[in-house]
This record gives sequence, structure tokens and C-alpha cells, in this order.
Amino acid sequence: MLTLSGVFAGYGGGDILRGVDLTVEKGSITCVVGPNGAGKSTLLKVVSGLLVPRLGSVTFQGESIAGKSPQAILKGGIVQVMQARSLFPDLTVRENIELGAFLINDQKIVQQRFNEILDQFPMVKDRLKDKAGSLSGGQQRTVEFARALMLDPALVVLDEPSMGLEPKAAAAMYGYVRQMREHGRTVLLVEQNVRAGLGLATHGVVLEAGRVRLTGTGKEILENPQMKVLYLGGSTQTE
Amino acid sequence: MSTDTTISQRPTPPSYEVPKAIRFGALAVGFLVLVLFPLVFNNPTISTIGVFAMIFLMAVTGWNIFSGYTGYIALGHAVFFGIGQYATAMLASYWQIPPGWETFLLIPVSMFLAGLAAIPIGLIVLRVRKHTFIVLTIALMFIFQLFAYNLRGWTGGSQGLEVSQPPWDGSIFNLPYYYVGLFLAIIAIVTSFMIRRSKFGLSLLAIRDDEDRARSLGINTRNSKLTAFVISAIFLGAAGCMYAMFVGSVYPQFSFDPAFDLELSIMAFAGGLGTILGPSLGALIISGAQQYFLITFGGANVFLIVYGALFILILRLLPGGVVPAISDKWRSHVVRKEQRILDSESEGPAEAGAHK
Repeated sequence: MLTLSGVFAGYGGGDILRGVDLTVEKGSITCVVGPNGAGKSTLLKVVSGLLVPRLGSVTFQGESIAGKSPQAILKGGIVQVMQARSLFPDLTVRENIELGAFLINDQKIVQQRFNEILDQFPMVKDRLKDKAGSLSGGQQRTVEFARALMLDPALVVLDEPSMGLEPKAAAAMYGYVRQMREHGRTVLLVEQNVRAGLGLATHGVVLEAGRVRLTGTGKEILENPQMKVLYLGGSTQTE
Repeated sequence: MSTDTTISQRPTPPSYEVPKAIRFGALAVGFLVLVLFPLVFNNPTISTIGVFAMIFLMAVTGWNIFSGYTGYIALGHAVFFGIGQYATAMLASYWQIPPGWETFLLIPVSMFLAGLAAIPIGLIVLRVRKHTFIVLTIALMFIFQLFAYNLRGWTGGSQGLEVSQPPWDGSIFNLPYYYVGLFLAIIAIVTSFMIRRSKFGLSLLAIRDDEDRARSLGINTRNSKLTAFVISAIFLGAAGCMYAMFVGSVYPQFSFDPAFDLELSIMAFAGGLGTILGPSLGALIISGAQQYFLITFGGANVFLIVYGALFILILRLLPGGVVPAISDKWRSHVVRKEQRILDSESEGPAEAGAHK
């Protein structure tokens, strides 16, 4: 579904990604892990068009998307949920979710999607008129997920969905990620919590110093001896 | 999906909104008060205050459509107010429009010219953000003031231009200006309401919260800002035309006056920046008080002290503005009350179980 080959990208002070080759299968949950500075967030920015690669190709559903604007990529079916809280705090929950479908002009489709979202996220239904800034961290993350689905994306890109959340709220987010896959979406996520991320994923990718170091199923990566030493402190027990 | 329950365990009341009946009732009362005002207070001094209040009502509502909704605080909208004034004075003379009802036909012309001027101005100033934007709008306002001083052949320079006054009786002289002003102010408020409730309005509010984030959702922020800027300028042009017709003269220092934008922003902040009705309320309170204090204490400029004190008092007691402060207090009162009921209901069965 998504293929990156030989991608070099950075922010002006040199390349962060140095020849990344990566394939995301349709219907998979692909989790990218790696130490700080490995280029995980940079990789997601390249996929969602926020960063143009210097070299290499990025294809999505057979079409090249490298160099396309974020809006064009959004229209093409890739939606990213940012790492930091990305809601508009002074707008209501309803307005935040409606903004997710800003590119759709047909109000009937917007309303239909909105109703589907409310069925998937009951918490959202109860808080529609509240300002997004008044919600807890977990609730805000849920609204971000709901907003991301308004465009009915084929690929959802999640940058550390559990960051800053208490364990129960993080578990709820992982539940939503599984639910997205059950609904036929493909998920590409970056996760600092290596055990939880790879435990959730069907496919895992280890990124180190801007290059792909390991690939395999989530389980294979977790059980790889190199991973035990590098990232997991000698233990690979999933919780 | 059951995962929602793990995020928030405590039962919380549903979101609260002030009932429609109360909102529409308050609007109807406000409208009635404005319609009856010059008929009840038929003293020309008081109705003059009313005419200025209507002019500021329409100007601040227009200003709020851009600055309130996008968060770009424009301090150079006097440019469009001035364009409206000069367009009225120059065209009334050029077309030899007789003083009277015909002069009001210049209102749509002034609106058009102000909107037209806003397109190139917007394309320039909207390339920058925050403080740079504010400084640029102020600079532009002074450039227009210099034009008015120096293009003497058209503007009359520092001598200004006259707009002939209609030969109406003093006792009813203010009424046409008041009601035309009220009509235009209502159009401005309805426009503001429709924008706030539209997809376009949502894009403006998203820009106010975080412009880059708005772009990442596919919003064409440049087009949205420019459209709001032009709509805003159109109402400032109308206000300028009304002002020139009512006052009867146009001068560079008063048409392109830096204090004008400060007054607009003070009115909007006092009433509730970015809300639909807050700036309107701010305009009615502040411009009314300003005119009243000017007439009462005008000689020694004491009115400025009273005016300033009133503004400080509003900001101290109601920091978000009058309308948001009142609605927030009312909303939190209702939500607290509902929360208490929910808490007692959820504790009730548990306590009953414990007693068994």
C-alpha cells in the first residue's frame, strides 16, 4: 500500500533519514520503533507531506506522493494524528471533528461520517458542545482519532498515540487502533512504548540513525535478541 | 466500544448550552430597545449619541468578523473607515448629489470601494502574522493619512471636504441616520452570525487557534483570511459613509485616526472578542458612555479619565469581556448543579448497598 525506497530527508542541518526502505502492507498495523533521534517522526512527516524528501521515492497505492502538498496527500487518503495535542482548544468538540472533514463539500457525506464517528466513540457524543481544551488528555486524544477518521482515510498515521497518557487511557487508545484495523484501515504508527507498540502491531520496523535496522512481524521483532539488548533491557515480556 | 469508560470513570453531566428561548428572547428585547430608543429619548443630544452608537456598532461588528474570528488584531481598519468617508464627500460633490435621502445611495458605493481597496491591502498585510501584522496595518493607516493630506486636488488636504447637510427639521434630523445605521448594523450582525455558523467561519476560528494546524487539515488559510478581511472592510466603508454624512465634514486626521482602531478593539475586548454579540454590546456600552462623558465632562477632557476607568473596571471584573463572562458563569452554575445531582445519584445506590 505504502512504499518508501531510498528516502533521504532532513531539516536543513543534514539528513535525518539516510536511505530508508520500508513497505506498509494493506490492512496492517505497522509500528516503527527506535531510539530518540532515529528519525521516526521525520519518517511520518515525509509520508504525510509535511516534509519533502531530498532523495528517494514514496508511493501510495501505486502513485508517487513525494513532493505533493499535505492537502493533496490528505485528499489522497492519508491522515496523520500529530504527536502533540493537536485539537483547537477554543473550539467545541463538534467543531473540531467537523474540521476533520473540511475538504469534503458534500454535507450529506459529512453528516453520515459524523454519525458513524459518534457510534464508534461514545465519549465524543456526550461532549460535543464542550470546548476541546476542557477535556482530559485521553479524551482529547480520542477526539483527535475521531477527527482523523472523518475523511475516511485508507492509511492512518499516528505519532506516539499513547504519549502523556495514564495507562488506562493509553490502553483505550490501543483499543481504538485495533478497531481501525478491524474497519479495514491500515495504520502506521510510531511508539515510544516499544513493548506495547510491537505487541499491538502486525508488522514492526526498527529505525536507527535514519536507517531501517530490522523488519518483521511485531512478535519477531520483540523476540529478536538484538532488540533485547538494544531497547528492552534484556526482557521481552509483553504486558 | 467499551474502552471509553476507562478514560473517565466519574459520571459527568452532558454539555450545556443556554436554551434557544432565552437567547432569542434576549435578542428580541435588545432589538425592541434599539428600535424604540430614539422615539423614547427624542432629545437631539441623546439621539446623537444613538447615531454614533449605531455607526460604531456596524464598524466593530465588521472589525470583529476579521480580527475577532481570525485573531489577527488589525489596528489599521481606519483605512476603510476613511475610504468610506472620502468616497462619500468626493462623490457627493462630483456627482452633485443634493443633500437629503439621495446621499444615502452612496452607502453601497462606499462599501464597494472599501471592499475593493481591501483586496490589494489584504494581499500585502496578510503575508505576515502577529506583531508584524499589527505594525504593518498601523503603518498603512498613516500612509493613507499622508495621501489624504497631500493629494489636495482630490481630498482638499488639511482643509478637508464638506458634505452638505439635508434641510431637515432639528427635532427629527437624527432619526433617518439612526434607523439607516441600525439597519446596516443588523445586516452586519446577521452576516457575522452566518459566518460564525458556516464552514468558512469554522476555518477562521481554526486559524485563530493555530494557523499551521488549520493548514494541515486542508484549509486554504490565505483565502479564508482575505475573504474575511474584505467583508470586514465593506462594513467599515459603510460606517465611514454614515459618519461623513452625519458629521458633514471629512479631515485626514479624523478619517485616518489611529485612535479609531483602538476604540474598536476596546469595544470588542470589553464585549467579548470573537463572539457574535459581544462586540455589539461593547460598542453600545463604550461608544454610548464615550459620547455621554464627552458631552457631560468634555471641556476639561475629564471624559477620557472616566472612559478609561470604565474600561479598566470591565477588564478587571470581566476579563474575557461581558458576554463570555456572563455566559461562562451561567454555564458553570448549571453544570455544577447537574454534577451535584449526578454525584448524589451515583453515590446513593452504593451507600444503600453498604447499609445492607
